[in-house]
Amino acid sequence: MNLIDIRRIVTTVEDIFHEGGPRAAEPPRRGSIAVVMTNPYAGRYEPDILPMMDALTPVGIDMAHRLRAAMDLPPERIESYGKGAIVGAAGELEHGALWHVPGGYAMRELLGWKGDAAAYKRGDSNAGQGGNALAIVPSTKKVGPPGCALDVPLTHINASYVRSHYDAMEVRVPGSPRPDELVFILVMSTGGRVHARVGGLTAAGISKWDGLR
Amino acid sequence: MPAEIRKLIVQVDETHREMGREVNPPTRRALAMAVIRNPFAGRWVEQLDELIAIGEELGGLLGARCVQALGIEPGQAHSYGKAAIVGEAGELEHAAALLHPKLGAPLRKAVEKGAALVPSAKKQGGVGTAIDVPLGHKDAAFVRSHFDAIEARVADAPRADEIVVAVSVTASGRPLPRIGGLQVSEIQGQDGLR
Repeated sequence: MNLIDIRRIVTTVEDIFHEGGPRAAEPPRRGSIAVVMTNPYAGRYEPDILPMMDALTPVGIDMAHRLRAAMDLPPERIESYGKGAIVGAAGELEHGALWHVPGGYAMRELLGWKGDAAAYKRGDSNAGQGGNALAIVPSTKKVGPPGCALDVPLTHINASYVRSHYDAMEVRVPGSPRPDELVFILVMSTGGRVHARVGGLTAAGISKWDGLR
Repeated sequence: MPAEIRKLIVQVDETHREMGREVNPPTRRALAMAVIRNPFAGRWVEQLDELIAIGEELGGLLGARCVQALGIEPGQAHSYGKAAIVGEAGELEHAAALLHPKLGAPLRKAVEKGAALVPSAKKQGGVGTAIDVPLGHKDAAFVRSHFDAIEARVADAPRADEIVVAVSVTASGRPLPRIGGLQVSEIQGQDGLR
């Protein structure tokens, strides 16, 4: 049985210039990719769903690369990421949980080999972003009807506690998921909130390189 | 005054399969949206020239963004459509000023030719309001395989003093069209209808 049957792919890229305050010198660019596919386990309880997790690995990698291409940026520009899943009504939440490993792995594959954390830590301005994707990829999932919106969380790729980068992007595919479908989502952004000003850890203040701070 | 753009959003929607059947080549539809400040929010303004000029600017910008996102040559575009959602402090006529007098000409330039009317929709709404942008073939409005619509929506717009302007350009018709009517191969492309 072929576990992967993709029906639709929807990419979104948005440039945020301001939100009522000063225009951003570098407007954050946020992107999402949503893949709509058949849920091979819809309509029944299937005890062993792990084969689907393996089958999703190349899908995730392809999605991450497609999203980066749509955002038209080098991977070093990506500062935050997140992932999510929407399960059609004939499926169960656990089917959405299949996305945790392949979705997270995909973006780390894209970002993880880039950058030089040691140089970044030294403050070497030519080192670029220490894009090692050290932090957990935040996620959310739900069971929902066609057109259901999912608020996909975003956090910094190297330190989950970077307060300026706590964000979420609403992702929604009109008409999907049908009851026997799954929507798997990846989101990435080049920056935090456009007018971030509530203090806390900043990207420049990352010091422990443990994925948290 | 040029448009004061708060956000620019570009989407591409591809359909690869439908009802278990392969769609080959996949349908591809692009949607570009600008969230702009409504210069006439909250007051009566008789002359809407400023919005008419902004419509002209956005027709070119959003049309080009769609074509770029599809990765096609302008002449390879199939269908198009346009729409606007006016925030609560504006009036429906503001959408009309953006969409109808001058948006079309630069959009047609972005897709090469464009003999047909650009189908449109407009409404007023709050943050997150969705609008279904009608789509029709750019050179012959009666091409039945290309009658379609794409939903446009910005999660955090329009604020009361904003307008969401949407333009869609496609590189295809519906996924598996089979209800007859005028075909792409039969387009004469002279009168914009057939």
